[in-house]
This record gives sequence, structure tokens and C-alpha cells, in this order.
Amino acid sequence: MLLVLGRRLANIIPTMLAVVALVFLLFSVLPGSFISGMNEDGRSTIDPAVMERMRKEMGLDDPLIERFAKYVAATATGDLGISFRTREPVTKMLAGRIWPSLKLVFAAMTFAILVGVTLGFLAALKPGSLIDTAAMVGAISGLSLSQFWFGLMLMYLFALKLQWLPSFGYGDGGLRNLILPAIALGVGPMALLARTTRAAVLDVLNADFVRTARSKGMSERRVVEWHVLRNALVLVITIVGLQFGSLMGQAVVVEKLFAWPGVGSLMVDSVFQRDMPTVQGCILMIVLFFLVINTLVDLAYVVIDPRIRYR
Amino acid sequence: MHSNENVHEGDGLMRKLAWLAIAAIAVIGAGTANAQQTPRKGGTLRMTAPYAASFGSLDPHVTPRAQDDIVGKALQRSLYNWDTAANKLSLELAKSVSVSADGLTYTYKLRDDAFFHNGRKMTADDVIFSFTRIMDGSKGYPGARYVRLIKGAVDVEKGTAKEISGLKKVDDYTLEMTITDRVDPGYYFFGGSTAILPKEEVAKGNYASNPVGLGPFKFKEHIPGSRVVMDRFDKFYKTGQPYLDKLEVLIMAEAAARDVAFRNKEIDTSILGPAQYVAYRADPQLSKGILEVAEMFTRSMHINLNSIKPFQDKRVRQAINYAIDSNLIISRLVKDKAYRATSWLPPSSAAFDKTMKPYPYDPEKAKKLLAEAGFPNGFEFEWTTSQNESWGLPIVEAVIPMLARVGIKAKPKLVEVTVLTEILMKGDHQALIGSSLTGPDSLATLRCYYSKTPRTACNYTGFNNAEFDKLLDAAAQEGDMAKRDEILKKANNLLYDEAPVWFFNYNKAVLAFQPWVHGLQPNPTEITHQYPENIWVDATSPAK
Repeated sequence: MLLVLGRRLANIIPTMLAVVALVFLLFSVLPGSFISGMNEDGRSTIDPAVMERMRKEMGLDDPLIERFAKYVAATATGDLGISFRTREPVTKMLAGRIWPSLKLVFAAMTFAILVGVTLGFLAALKPGSLIDTAAMVGAISGLSLSQFWFGLMLMYLFALKLQWLPSFGYGDGGLRNLILPAIALGVGPMALLARTTRAAVLDVLNADFVRTARSKGMSERRVVEWHVLRNALVLVITIVGLQFGSLMGQAVVVEKLFAWPGVGSLMVDSVFQRDMPTVQGCILMIVLFFLVINTLVDLAYVVIDPRIRYR
Repeated sequence: MHSNENVHEGDGLMRKLAWLAIAAIAVIGAGTANAQQTPRKGGTLRMTAPYAASFGSLDPHVTPRAQDDIVGKALQRSLYNWDTAANKLSLELAKSVSVSADGLTYTYKLRDDAFFHNGRKMTADDVIFSFTRIMDGSKGYPGARYVRLIKGAVDVEKGTAKEISGLKKVDDYTLEMTITDRVDPGYYFFGGSTAILPKEEVAKGNYASNPVGLGPFKFKEHIPGSRVVMDRFDKFYKTGQPYLDKLEVLIMAEAAARDVAFRNKEIDTSILGPAQYVAYRADPQLSKGILEVAEMFTRSMHINLNSIKPFQDKRVRQAINYAIDSNLIISRLVKDKAYRATSWLPPSSAAFDKTMKPYPYDPEKAKKLLAEAGFPNGFEFEWTTSQNESWGLPIVEAVIPMLARVGIKAKPKLVEVTVLTEILMKGDHQALIGSSLTGPDSLATLRCYYSKTPRTACNYTGFNNAEFDKLLDAAAQEGDMAKRDEILKKANNLLYDEAPVWFFNYNKAVLAFQPWVHGLQPNPTEITHQYPENIWVDATSPAK
């Protein structure tokens, strides 16, 4: 187990380096810079001389390789740089956003697992039934829904019409403000999990060892509990891991819609204003989250299915 | 998009006429009408910050963004402010000012009743400290372009001096300021980027996390990406103000979400886009709470006179103005959330000529002008645009067939809004549609067409007209503000004739407010910039 963990952690470093290089490259070919972004919409009045000086100070005129080398060296020491926009350390800005982001992602995933896996199981146990049809229609709809539209509909129904929940904002960081954005974010993974669970369970139900278990007189409940659940879980956990890991990055739209103060909304603002250090910090955070979750998933495989061994 | 030179100001007849003009077009809703009632003390106001998903910084010297100044108006104060009722600048942190005979030395009698939120009284030292900080050449603070007006400020910026020689403390409450141009410094020192800050708080090194200012509200909480909460500051220098106990500025960048929250009474003010403007006007209840104002932004197509040959001929540029049915676009696409532009300066400017009529829609005249200019079969040009719904691609797409009707073929080139100014500054455009700040300083605004103003400053059309230059030189020399406005009016009218842009519209900013909100101001410099000490909420407000 420790070896698996060590190998996985060692893989994180080159992956992060590749991501940083990619982001650098992308931003170097994008038109515009933080300085020109400050004049957006004619709403600011930056003096050209000041703009020139800032460009120099922020190192925007330096060669890409030089900037990249500096950034990698600083990142290795935990220094993500100073935000162009706020003149504050990026690590400090990220620190304020991580907890709300994690809360949202965990809540969305909890919703997705509870609803998605349950629906998938029920649908697989009674294929062709009304519950199967309804669950799969729901799953396909969930996969096709735009987060933005679905979020608005949630606001309209639960805030405006039923008056049960606040329509937006962080409030005191409690559950009331979390529910709607978590459902809006979790509906996509929920739908995918429902479909995947159904397929995985159906697959296992038709496996030879299940037929053997049934033929030796084991009750259907015990078959499901002992054989089906555990075997189907490997595939479900893979999907949970992938979805979980990418959810922080996917939260951009939901965070902006619900004015939720996560890493995603910080990243969007920073991209539009070409605040490179902050964008890089946000992307690093999102990628790191993805890699950590995937490492945990790899470890979970070993726990669930002892036959799985990593060499 | 100003140059950093010269200004005008005055209380002459023209200014009053301009004020009347703006008053006529500003539909001041029930909120302002109700402001006649006795303001109620207490309550909470929940304003929205709509321009981004976060604040840039709560340190006002660091940020030039409109979004950040929404909070800045509550926390901070500058030497001057914008008096919306009088439509002019007024002293804020000084009780009076005297000007030397040469118009270059201003002696301010500062308020002796202005306290910072840490309980200390403001003195002349704080003004000197703040302006010196802004001129720190290693920081590139946006306010430097304004403070540079003060004699010796540039030396501090360059690092050759530690103190601004043009700032002299006479005593704790008397400050002498020597400037380098005969202009009204009010235009330079009324924004958040020149706010007066306390040295001891800035020295702590975490000012943006714990801003301490002179404003009517003191900082309580900032949840980045969500909200800023402020409490009433009891020692604010305006007697009896502020009325509110608490002010919340909630970040809400999505218009659709703002709409739901406003209808659900979770927020008290909301800026409206064109689609919502139509819906709110049609709603019997919501239509009662709409505040409108002609903001000082002119939307136009900048024609790069140095790009292609046809654009060098003013008849071609006039033909473009005649060929486009601007009124139709404003009513159908912009949903009447704009005022038709006559020339460059907005109606709130004292130099705006209200007798002037916009270019009429006259395709036949456009064809005739094109033929006279030697382009009877028209020509082709590339039109750079962003996606903006009010002054971007949708407008360009509507104009293309109108221009095609007179033989002009426009090819749209879509870019991200962030890069528009960079393109303008480099001159990498043949024509570009955008929104430009055109006030409150009319001379500085018109200097964007002065031949010696470089493209990088704001002469984006490459305009070069000797007569126009002469008028601007004369205006800069004129000490009588009413006469200066008359000269600027001529210059603005000359721009109308020369048509270096397609004059599209002046932004009509629209703020929806709840029925319990009173005292909102139709601020033409930016409608979301409310001086919150004037706002109060009545007992029907649901916010606690």
C-alpha cells in the first residue's frame, strides 16, 4: 500500500510541471495582458507610462522561458507569486477560496453518490421496470442539462416560488446556502453515476460467479450484498474518482451563478483580467485536487478488491 | 480614456443649462422622490457589485476598477466628490479653497471634523502621505496619472525626490497645493484612486484586508468572491449621516441570478441589462423602482484615419453616419437602454450643444457623399468588435446590411473585450466599436482628438485637425470657465462635422431598486457609485 502511495505521489510532480508549462504556453499565445485588461470597457484610465512600467515590473516583457523558469523555481518553494490585480500573495487569495470550494464539491458529490448510485442500483435490479425507465430518463436529462439553466430553475423554484432557500450567496457558509449550488453542480455526476452503476450492476448480475451463488441456494439479498455490490463498486469508484477530481474545475459556472466564493470564480475573473499568477495558482490547485483524489481512488481499489495490485 | 491634461469647470449659464438637460433625461424614480420624506435611521442596505465575480482590492490606491469603487464610496473619501444633485464636483474633505491669481496654487482649509475609522482625526499630513504613496514609482498605482498634476510629483515617481514639492502643510488643517496646469484639480482628486488614507494603517502591511478610511461606513467583513459588510461609522463628519446601520455589497456578476434575487427581495438594488430593462418597465410593480441616468460613456465606432484611403475623407465618414439607422438599433437591439449620441461629449457636459441634432438616417445622402468622395461603388473595411451585447457583435451584425445598402462592405473581426484597448493603442484596427469614458472633464475628453495626443494616450482615430487643435489650445488658455465651455462646444461641434467616429449612443445606466430604498442618486459618472450616507431604508425593508 505504501509503495502504491509513494508511486502515485511521485507521479504528481511531473504532471504538475506539464500543467504549468501548458498554462504558460496558452497564456503566451492569448492576445491581451493584465495591463490592457485594466482598460476594459473604457472604465479605467491607466496612464501609458504607468502601463509600460507595470509591464516591465510584472516581467511581462521577459522571454517566456525566463518567466517559466522563475515561476517553477518559486512554486517549488511554495511561492505562487503576487497577484497582478490585488497585489496580494496568490497563496493567501487561494487560502480564502479553498474551503468554500471544497464544501461545494463535497456536497455536490455527496448528492451525486447518494442519488446516482441508489437510482442506478434500483434500476439494475429491476431492468425494464418503471423505476428503471424513470431513472434512466432522469439520468440522460441530467447529463444533457446546462448547469447554468438548471441552476436558474432551482433558484426560481426553491427560492422565488417556494421560498425555502436563499437564491444566491455564501451566507454564513451553512447548509441553507449550499444546497442549491451543490445540486446544480452535482446533477451531472449524479446522472453519470446512475448510468454507470446500472451498467456495472447488470454486468455483475450476469457474471458466472453470481449464477453460481444463486445456484447454490444463496438468497437474492445475500447475492446482491456479498457479490454484486462489492464487484460493481470498483467501476463506480472509478467514475466517482474521475468526477470528484474534475468537479472543482467544473464548478466555475455554478460558482459564478450562485455568487459562491470558490476557486472557480476567482479563476474566471483572473482569466478575463489576465492575472497570470492567480490563474496559474487556481489551475495548480484544481489539478492538485484532481491528482490527490485520483491517488485516493487508486488506494481505494486495493482496499475494495484485494486482487488489484500495482506493480 | 482621457489624456491626463487640462480641465474645465464653472458655474456659468451653460453649466446650468447642461444640468437642466441631464435633469430632464434622468428619470428620477420613486426612490429620489421619496427622499423628500424624513429619512429613517437604521436598517440594512444590500447593494450589488455586478461587474465581476470578485473585488480587485479594498485598497483604493491599488485598483482603478468601477467594481471596487462601489465599496470605496462607503469606506473612503477623497478631497472632492461628485455632487449628483448639482451635477458638478464639490469639496469633500475641505471646507473651503482659495486659488492664487495665477490659478496654480490652491490653499485648502481641510475639515477638522473628519475622523478615520480608527478614531484619529485627518490632517494635512494624511493628504501628503496619500499623494506621496500614490506616486511611488515602483508600484504603478493608477492614481499617479492624477497626482502627477501636482508640482514635483513626477520627481517622486522617478525616485529623484522623496517629497512632493508642490504640497505644503501650512498647519494641521491647511494645505497648499501647487499644480502645473491651470485646471480645476477637482477632476483629478474626486475618485477612489486618490482617496486619503491613514499612514499608520497602511504601514501595518495588510491594508487591503483591513481597510480604514474616512467614509461613512467602517469595514466589518470581506468574504472574497461573495460580499463586503460594513457598519455605520458614528463619527462621520456629516451630521446625522449615515442613516443605515449596515451596508452589504454583494457580488453578483450574473444578470439572470440578480434578477431572481431582486424579485425574491434578497437584494435592494440591481443594475439592469437591455433585456431586463424591457421586462422591468413592463411590470407594474418593478417599474416603480427604476433609476435611469445618461452615464458619461459614449459608444462609437472609432475610424482609424490612417488605415485605409476612404477613411481619410470626411465625406466617407459622414456617409457612414448617414447610412446607419442608429435610432432603429437603439430601440430594437439596445431596447431603448441608451440615448442617441449627437457628438462625442455626453449631454451632462457643459460643452454639450443641445441645439444640435444627431445625423439623420439618410442612405441616399450617404450614397451621394460616397460618390463625391470618389467611391461610388463603396469600399470594404474590417470592423473589430467584442461580443458585448450593447456595443459589440450584435450591433455590428445589424449595421452590416445598412452599410451594404450604400455599397460599403464591413467584415467583422471578433476579439475578446480585454484586448480592445490594446488594439486601439497599437492602431491595429481599421474600425473598432467600443465604449469610451467621456466625462466629467470635457477638455480632457476632447483632448483625445488633439493631434499631439499620441495614439497610446487615447487618440485612437489618429485625428489631426489644425482648427480643432487651435480651439483646444484656446480653451486651455481660457481662465473664464463659461467661455472655455463655449470654445469646447465649438470643438465638439467640429468633431460632429468631421465624424472621426460613428456616433452611436450614450449609455443609459439603469438601476432597479426596491420600494423601501430612498435617497439613491442618478450619478452620471457611474450609477453604481452611490454615496451611501444619503441612502436610507424605510420600515418595510425585510433586511435585518
